[in-house]
Amino acid sequence: MSGFTAVVKRDVTLAMRRKTEVITAIFFFVVVAALFPLGIGPEMTTLRLVAPGILWVGALLASMLSLGRLFAADYADGTLEQMALAPTGLTVLVAAKVVAHWLLSGLPLVVLAPVLGMQFNLPADALWILTLSLLIGTPVLSLIGAIGAALTLGVRGGDVLIALLVLPLYVPTLIFGAGAVQAEISGLGASAHLSILMAMALIAAVLSPWASAAALRLALES
Amino acid sequence: MLHISNLGCHKGDRLLFSDVSFELKPGEWLHLQGDNGSGKTSLLRLVSGLAAHSIGHITWNGPPPDAEPTPPSRADMRAHVVYMGHQLALKDDLSAFENLQTHAQINAQTIDDSQAMDALAQLGLRGREHLAVKVLSQGQKRRAALARLLVSPAPLWLLDEPFVALDTKACDRLTHLINQHIDRGGMVLLTSHQAVTFTGQGHAYRLAA
Repeated sequence: MSGFTAVVKRDVTLAMRRKTEVITAIFFFVVVAALFPLGIGPEMTTLRLVAPGILWVGALLASMLSLGRLFAADYADGTLEQMALAPTGLTVLVAAKVVAHWLLSGLPLVVLAPVLGMQFNLPADALWILTLSLLIGTPVLSLIGAIGAALTLGVRGGDVLIALLVLPLYVPTLIFGAGAVQAEISGLGASAHLSILMAMALIAAVLSPWASAAALRLALES
Repeated sequence: MLHISNLGCHKGDRLLFSDVSFELKPGEWLHLQGDNGSGKTSLLRLVSGLAAHSIGHITWNGPPPDAEPTPPSRADMRAHVVYMGHQLALKDDLSAFENLQTHAQINAQTIDDSQAMDALAQLGLRGREHLAVKVLSQGQKRRAALARLLVSPAPLWLLDEPFVALDTKACDRLTHLINQHIDRGGMVLLTSHQAVTFTGQGHAYRLAA
């Protein structure tokens, strides 16, 4: 087994043995998405209008919840040192950690989104586009978040700092992700938005592990 | 062969040590001594490549090709060293066996189950291989971490205070393992506040503050 799969497997196993972290993020997403229809009222057209934004912001915050712990545990127990020394290369292992983060806190949101979307009276086409946009968009959130998590490693009050660093960088993803669903509802077609989202995912996939690994090396040096 | 010449290390504005030069040939060990804060751990981290050095040279196989001062660099020793720091790099929720397997896989080594069990047994963890690390004692955790040395093919062992928390029996076992490694032509660079002796060529090196 390669180092990449070993890290993915380890992180998923650890999360399964301590389930609270995964469940917290999922439950947060469900509760946030369920609270809005209660607060806004049962007006069908209003709900349909705000649905893409609310579901996307909910997913974005839920995915950010677990970012603080992405590298913190490995840093505290010395595993990160050993990963930096591994011949596989820290960049590859960081990419594996991001994949594990997405599997644990991105993929469940993608699966739940259509169910929650029904509360907002979204038509079937829009539900499909919502799921697709989250499927492409949540990896971007994990990838960008990894850079923030790496940069704030070992900093006191890092959790708040991550939010400040990462949320502005999430804006383009949010605009094109939620925009895709809105465009589908208004009949314009979502392909343009989804293409841009895909392009962002590809760029992030190339740059993020490299940038995160560089930031982690700085943290390890001190 | 590890070759270190004129190595220096800064922590902030403070010079921790300078002009550290020594060689370590196959079958040799070196006991790094020094007061608290004299830079023993920093030196090991420089050699491992975890930290970048700005002064001097760390080379594997022979002295540096040119004597010119090089810009800050990181020794690329990944293929040659196994590093045991103060932090044990064990995951509390995994067993000692799983920790060892994962570590080996991340380091692109293929070890089968019997090799892993054998390494843990050699460190006296027989019967505790499948317990979660969080229920082990400090000394047992350190033994579980030390089992990594046995499955690693790296010739140079960098051990930072390896005897801490170990009982006398475990200390003897570790000394025996280090002797075996040296006999096979391995190299050991370690820090310890206890007096240590191993087989083969070895000496102490004192870091002056």
